[in-house]
Amino acid sequence: MDGHGDGQSRWCLSQVKGAVDDDVAEADIISAVEFNHSGELLATGDRGGRIVIFQQEQENKSLPQCRAEYNVYSTFQSHEPEFDYLKSLEIEEKINKIRWLPQKNAAHFLLSTNDKTIKLWKISERDKRPEGYNLKEEDGRYRHPSSLTTLRVPVFQPMDLMVEASPRRVYANAHTYHINSISVNSDNETYLSADDLRVNLWHLDYTDRSFNIVDIKPANMEELTEVITASEFHPLQCNTFVYGSSKGSVRLCDMRASALCDQHSKLFEEPEDPSTRSFFSEIISSISDVKFSHSGRYMMTRDYLTLKIWDLHMESHPVETYQVHGYLRSKLCSLYENDCIFDKFECCWRGDDSEVMTGSYNNFFRMFEREGQRDVTLEASWENGSPGCPLKSWRVSTGSRRKRNEIGVDCLDFSRKILYTSWHPQENIVALATVNNLYLFQEKLN
Amino acid sequence: MSSEVETSTEEQQEMQDTVVSPEKAEEIKLKARYPHLGARPGGSDLLRKRLQKGQQKYFDSGDYNMAKAKMKNKQLPAAAAEKTEITGDHIPTPQDLPQRKQSLEASKLAF
Repeated sequence: MDGHGDGQSRWCLSQVKGAVDDDVAEADIISAVEFNHSGELLATGDRGGRIVIFQQEQENKSLPQCRAEYNVYSTFQSHEPEFDYLKSLEIEEKINKIRWLPQKNAAHFLLSTNDKTIKLWKISERDKRPEGYNLKEEDGRYRHPSSLTTLRVPVFQPMDLMVEASPRRVYANAHTYHINSISVNSDNETYLSADDLRVNLWHLDYTDRSFNIVDIKPANMEELTEVITASEFHPLQCNTFVYGSSKGSVRLCDMRASALCDQHSKLFEEPEDPSTRSFFSEIISSISDVKFSHSGRYMMTRDYLTLKIWDLHMESHPVETYQVHGYLRSKLCSLYENDCIFDKFECCWRGDDSEVMTGSYNNFFRMFEREGQRDVTLEASWENGSPGCPLKSWRVSTGSRRKRNEIGVDCLDFSRKILYTSWHPQENIVALATVNNLYLFQEKLN
Repeated sequence: MSSEVETSTEEQQEMQDTVVSPEKAEEIKLKARYPHLGARPGGSDLLRKRLQKGQQKYFDSGDYNMAKAKMKNKQLPAAAAEKTEITGDHIPTPQDLPQRKQSLEASKLAF
């Protein structure tokens, strides 16, 4: 059911990042949004191969109404455009996924990937520098040794904070097809990367080898019927991972069962409803994202029109199904023609797993409360609603009557879509990307 | 008695035929616009197109130089019309291949 809402939601706009002009360069299109494990840092990636990291400021005790803001912490070029001369193919620098490693020391580590190469980045702070060298002046000029009469010990003096990002590992040449997912294992030593036909397992320390754990490439490519669309490690069991397919199924694999996990341990697939079968059935059933709950008990899948929550103990059908934008069923023809039917929407869980959210078109995003069975449609817009003001919920109607905060299906702007979303792991703050802007929303505290 | 039953069954059949799911209605619309669309859309054609995301740009320096040598006395046909299709008979020139430049600018999110 599309949200009714009593008008006002619990959410308010907190911040908007990025340019507000209409002229959007390809490079500025955001392609990844990810909070780190503490929620202190928020990373975004774009089609230009750049990563921008925001940091939550220390809480301002005098203003308890506003949670701390996110400000730029570091920005760097993660991937560059490349050309594969052997195959005459361009390799886009677009960042497909960012995944943070749990923090082990003062530095922060993240994995970022484009279509072909994964990189491990170290983001560290420097707030001291050595001063008082014997052979060098402060400006770097060398002193003549004969001018020295005494010796001194250099000491560390405070300096303006500098945040440095350096590539620590480059994991290359392991994927023939385009990488769509990376996922860090709970063992904090390994991670997986998945492309259209294969899933590989890496050890974070070794870049010269990778183990193939799933291979669905048919002997004859003419027989290809299914590709891998998303993959993730279980948050607690280091031997378990899942991968979703373009046919709407999710396979759970156990790495203890065999070295090559082509045989799944569990197959999650909802039987098709024959009465709604059409040309579009398979395309709209394609899994665009799969995410485990924080508890590890459930798994959420996103396909073109719905969000499904699965209990890992039951493969036959999901325990909950939420309609994201069912009104699009009557627009599938034009969505196929403009390629929107292939849009890959992500989804995310709230920290306590009680709510889930995902994006839609017209810069709408949808939030679903699991217990109360309530859902809401909100708009990411810097025009309507000032920071701190609660957002009004929207309705999409198929009829001709228009109430306030209602919009007709035919008026939806399919070029404005929210594909990437991330929920703060502890607080009720969500980050999402419209085409070229990053939006932060937070829940009203009272 | 029996004729009444038959009529109501017919009526039911008609109702079922006209009540078509929205997806099916959209499919009919699509097939009307593209009559040659394959029967199995999710099959290999679609997937292979997906797998090959990213245009292949052929530039073989050997072919290019051979063509240049052959055409020394003839004028090279203007390539302007077919800038997007660089494959097959048309020998691409370096000017045809769009330049990929690295982003030197900082992201606008960082301001």
